Amino acid sequence: MASHLSYGRVNLNILREVARKELREFLDKCAGSKAIVWDEHLTGPFGLIAQYSLLKEHEVEKMFTLKAGQLPVADVKNIIFLVRPRLELMDIIAQNVLSEDKHRSRRDFHILFVPRRSLLCEQRLKEQGVLGSFHHREEYSLDLIPFDGDLLSMEAETAFRECYLENDQTSLYHAAKGLMTLQALYGSIPQIFGKGESARHVANMMLRMKREFTGCQNPILPVFDTLLLLDRNVDLLTPLATQLTYEGLIDEIYGIQNSKCNSDKFAQKKNNKFGKSTCSSPLQGYLKMAKLLVVSTEVVNKKFRVSSPLISKESFTISAHFKERHNAKTVGEIKQFVSQLPHMQAARSSLANHTSIAELIKDITTSDEFFDNLTVEQEFMSGIETDKVSVYTEESITKKDPLIKILRLVCLQSVCNNGLKQKVLDYYKREILQTYGYEHILTLNNLEKSGLLKLQSSSRNNYPTIRKTLRLWMDDVNEQHAFPPPPQGVNLQPASVSPASTASGKRIYLTIVSMITNKHYFLCMPGPIGQQGENRVTLVFFLGGVTYAEIAALRFLSQMEDGGTEYIIATTKLMNGTSWIKSLMDRLEAAPF
Amino acid sequence: MAFVTANWNPLGNVFYRKIDLYAMEWNMREDFKDCLIAAAPYGGAIALLKEDSRRERSPSSRPVLEIYSSSGFPMANFPWKSGQVVHIGWTLSEDLLCVQDNGTVLIYDIFGSFKRHFSMGSEVLQPRVIEAKVFHSPYGTGVAILTGAYKFTCATNIEELKLRRLTEVPGLQNSPSCWAVLAQERETKVILATGKDLYILDNTACTSVTLPGIGPQVNSYCEIAVSFNYKYLALFADSGYIWMGLSSLQEKMWEFDTKIRTPPKQMVWCIRPKCKQPSVVARWDKLLVVAGKQESIQYPFMNPPYVFLMYLNYLNHAKLEMRQESSLFFHEGFFFFFFFKKESQKADEYLREIKDQNLLLVAVQQCIEAAGYEHEPNTQKTLLRAASFGKCFISDYPRDDFVNMCRDLRVLNAIHDYRIGIPLSYPQYTKLTTEVLIDRLVLRRLYPLAIKICEYLKISEFRGASRVLAHWACYKVQQKDENDDEVARAINQKLGDTPGISYSDIAARAYECGRMELAIKLLEYEPRSGEQVPLLLKMKRSQLALNKAIESGDTDLVYTIVTHLKNEMNRGDFFMTLQNQPVALSLYRQFCKHQEQDTLKDLYNQDDDHQELGNFYVRSSYSFEKTIEGRVATLHSAVDEYNKAKSEFAAKATEDQIKLLRFQRRLQEELDKPYLDLSLHDTIHNLILDNKHKQAEQLYKDFKVPDKRFWRLKISALAEKEEWEELEKFSKSKKSPIGYMPFVEICLKYHSRYEAKKYVPKVSPEQKVKAYIMVGDLDQAAEAAIEHKNDSELNLVLSKCTSATQQSVVEKINKAKAQLLKK
Repeated sequence: MASHLSYGRVNLNILREVARKELREFLDKCAGSKAIVWDEHLTGPFGLIAQYSLLKEHEVEKMFTLKAGQLPVADVKNIIFLVRPRLELMDIIAQNVLSEDKHRSRRDFHILFVPRRSLLCEQRLKEQGVLGSFHHREEYSLDLIPFDGDLLSMEAETAFRECYLENDQTSLYHAAKGLMTLQALYGSIPQIFGKGESARHVANMMLRMKREFTGCQNPILPVFDTLLLLDRNVDLLTPLATQLTYEGLIDEIYGIQNSKCNSDKFAQKKNNKFGKSTCSSPLQGYLKMAKLLVVSTEVVNKKFRVSSPLISKESFTISAHFKERHNAKTVGEIKQFVSQLPHMQAARSSLANHTSIAELIKDITTSDEFFDNLTVEQEFMSGIETDKVSVYTEESITKKDPLIKILRLVCLQSVCNNGLKQKVLDYYKREILQTYGYEHILTLNNLEKSGLLKLQSSSRNNYPTIRKTLRLWMDDVNEQHAFPPPPQGVNLQPASVSPASTASGKRIYLTIVSMITNKHYFLCMPGPIGQQGENRVTLVFFLGGVTYAEIAALRFLSQMEDGGTEYIIATTKLMNGTSWIKSLMDRLEAAPF
Repeated sequence: MAFVTANWNPLGNVFYRKIDLYAMEWNMREDFKDCLIAAAPYGGAIALLKEDSRRERSPSSRPVLEIYSSSGFPMANFPWKSGQVVHIGWTLSEDLLCVQDNGTVLIYDIFGSFKRHFSMGSEVLQPRVIEAKVFHSPYGTGVAILTGAYKFTCATNIEELKLRRLTEVPGLQNSPSCWAVLAQERETKVILATGKDLYILDNTACTSVTLPGIGPQVNSYCEIAVSFNYKYLALFADSGYIWMGLSSLQEKMWEFDTKIRTPPKQMVWCIRPKCKQPSVVARWDKLLVVAGKQESIQYPFMNPPYVFLMYLNYLNHAKLEMRQESSLFFHEGFFFFFFFKKESQKADEYLREIKDQNLLLVAVQQCIEAAGYEHEPNTQKTLLRAASFGKCFISDYPRDDFVNMCRDLRVLNAIHDYRIGIPLSYPQYTKLTTEVLIDRLVLRRLYPLAIKICEYLKISEFRGASRVLAHWACYKVQQKDENDDEVARAINQKLGDTPGISYSDIAARAYECGRMELAIKLLEYEPRSGEQVPLLLKMKRSQLALNKAIESGDTDLVYTIVTHLKNEMNRGDFFMTLQNQPVALSLYRQFCKHQEQDTLKDLYNQDDDHQELGNFYVRSSYSFEKTIEGRVATLHSAVDEYNKAKSEFAAKATEDQIKLLRFQRRLQEELDKPYLDLSLHDTIHNLILDNKHKQAEQLYKDFKVPDKRFWRLKISALAEKEEWEELEKFSKSKKSPIGYMPFVEICLKYHSRYEAKKYVPKVSPEQKVKAYIMVGDLDQAAEAAIEHKNDSELNLVLSKCTSATQQSVVEKINKAKAQLLKK
């Protein structure tokens, strides 16, 4: 069922099983039939932990979405609220509970906070006079959710906004807690590296928590050798640029949510294109990214332009496998062949999916719009004309292209230029306000506060220096070879993804960090170091979000033969530039006059 | 040493013997006459209340309460200053209960310090308590009292005091001759005898009962004994007759005639676990009788003893002795032991013999078990050696029994030491469990021994050593003569980071003792902030609590304290406090943003954060203002704030917004179409769509819209309306700042190739080829490309040529290319 989680060096299925067990235990505490009232934000992540079948086994008969007013009718004994600890949700729950009592026979209420119980929320429920109505008030500490064999996410959408805009470090606390859970299962991590203020904060909290838990640690041989905490703030650039890896592109174009990509969009496009004949494609309902991986992890991570030949290679191998049946002579051989059939059929259907997705994406990536946008991004990143108003951006505003696209471009330019000149910045801002409405002044203010958009403070722009010294930009990449060798100067040891790009402006992946000499860099060693040398496992935690392109880059490093280090990636949120900017926006909805 | 069986007395098919446990350490001249005496079960402490004041009645001489260990070590003694005590007894957790005649029960700990008191009800004040009994049940320790009005009141568990008044016995005029508490099946009853009538009292009824198989010679009952497990009942009649049976009164087990006509001073049951034949022990001033089925053993005394319940420890003023049902009647084990002890070669023979009979295993097990019943280490050793020898001849003998017994005995011998004075027998020990034993040692402040035992028995630190250390620390904080620093340091030194230690519990204890400074010092060592904070709040150290919460990173904790502070302080102080705690401040701001907008404003005001205030007004102008006037007014405030913040851009933008809003309102009134809240861009666009070119122009000028954007805007609006004439007119109005390519594109967007073609010739030379291709005029495109002599453009056109109809174009291009190559 969750086999995709266990193929890696670290079996993340253990984590999932623990989470499932905890959920089952809670459900069993409430005897009898139950209905779950969901906080909408939780349904997606929960789908990765427990499908409806599991809930059904534990007598969950109905599921509702939490909304104000009266609870829907359901003939169940227990009502379980599954919510994040937010005050506004508490008010809704209180309303639900209060309107309930008047109308029907009593049902038992329970509340399960995800990921943590909050005194503040309980206080609020108490003020509303409903705290006593809950039989069980517990927390379900679902911090890190396994997404893939090497990928964990907290799916905290607002983490970056909270940390950098609102100075609310709740999500960092949860991250530290999540890491503690991880350490309880996989042994405590002997080395912690980090970069950035948030990283330091998390590391400090972990050390503190470790002290709190002295005595209950089980002496497991650590699975992870190193933890690398990376502050998103350190590299604002990468997420702003369009991702060019395969999975990254799917995310950019169609959006991946909880490792699902709504294939309706694909199907629709396909219908328009090929007519009804291809409608029987297996792309129905949801397409699970994780399942797609069955074909080969390779396809997902490879740079898009290269992935087409890869897919055809893969398809050739699979059909060769199918042809083998003609060669099978003995009964044993046939038996062996038959035993492989299900796997091969799955692989084939999955391959078919990929082929159609690849075609759809190819249509988009070969379009002029896409190319123009990319060209400008590339120019910014190579430091061309970053200090002037970009004609392309200006034109896009005039055309009233989506606001997020504009913001991405402007921010990208600002980051690449280490801030924009007052004149340029004001020009962009005025254009945006006039075109998209004055209410966006708050969004612009947010972007400035979080450093994505800034005024050039000194005349010196250090981006080109960084770019050159770290060799973030690779000019001589053989496209078929797919990946450049890692730059010599960069120490890959505590894992910074080294960046590369191609001459024709086809960037593969970009920076993360690698400024080992930087003073913000810190290291603490809470425990004795485990095995040294070969086959080390490093957990890279991106505080504030990570993009699929960065994941692909780390996966590439894992696969490199001489690296010897495997990378597991954890993050507060899987994101792309669009969702990132979206989280920083302030949406003002005017009341109609 | 006399042979081990020398002091064995048979009773039926079991043996009883007498073992001297301790020569009492105390220095007591007289016997226990006129004393209230109580000994705690399971080898616990002994309490004495010397009631000498009863005789002298002088106010100066008060009774003295003394507490001793089982071996007679004094643990406490103090003059009794409260009222008349009727009864004393121990609880299961070794607290001393003193029942006074006014119904008040005072509780003391084992060292004689007062813990608390409770009352058995106000109605006993007048008639007074005449008798009381302390009893134990699975639900805890209970107290039953008999008032002067011959009414019973009982409380089953003194920890959760619930008084229950039992029904009265109809027509009872005198004090009952004897009574006992029966705690059975969740209900506490009292069995009482007046003369030869027996009654059972419970909450609701008073039932008269008769004993099955009672002899005719009974005139009245004078003593009742109930076994510790409430299973058996014995009654002593004035004729010296003892009836023994089940407490359910369903069955008589046996009876016995002592022929002693005086009622005994005390009568108790003697029961061993798995015992086949319980017996009753009755004592008179100078005689002790163990009565079984038709038989008895009599032990005469010099001094009147006091008998404790269970396992018959009995005490006189010099010695603590014990009667025990002897265990060594298992004969295989016994003989084996017997020969082994004599080091006789017969041991070997016997061993072979029983081995052949397959009884060796039984014999070894019995030896091990028997060792548990011995008090004398030498005897224990011999028995265990015998077992050890025997088990060598058994293959695959499970070691555990033997090892465990050795270990347990070692522990027991350690606590048997007269300096410790806990004469716990092996069965008692197994029943009591190690945890409770350690608790008892802790209670006696025998911390080192407790830790040693924990270590010896390899009890996990959590359940063992840490628990002991924590208790030690709690005791330590109560020693007021040492200063705070020293105590804190000493505690930390001993405890360090021992797992499972809760510094906050220790601190809480220190706080209870009024040592707040010490409590704070101790809390410093507490790693769990969640534990530190509540206590700090309780001690009103909210500032410190806030610091700790922030340190922990647990934002919920911070919120909790912030709300606490908010209720506790006045607004000014509260804000000042937050000012010094940026983390708390920003969290509180978040809270206010969602919950209390006005407070948020005040916060910004206090900080003179005009930028944020401006933002605040902008936000509220959208979210809260329902009228356009209100919106404008709020935006004006925003402008003021932005100006104060020297944020010129924002001020200007907001002013523009106000201007736009006013303009839009006018438009909306004039045109009766929704204009409000459109962006400037959309407003102009809509105006053009509505043919209001003048207003559009006005906006364009007023808001200094860049030419480029205005042109684009206008042409797209015109194209959308398909006002091609107007578009053309506009294109000619002056030179286009955006070139003419957008005209081509926009026309094509609205599917008018014809219109698009009009603009192609005006397109700048670089884009001309592309423009021609877009409108589908490949021939012209080729011309343009040839004109430019640009190879890549030629190729582009070539790539677009597909069908045969464009054959001429292809040829033309190829010719041009060939020419290019020549050059």
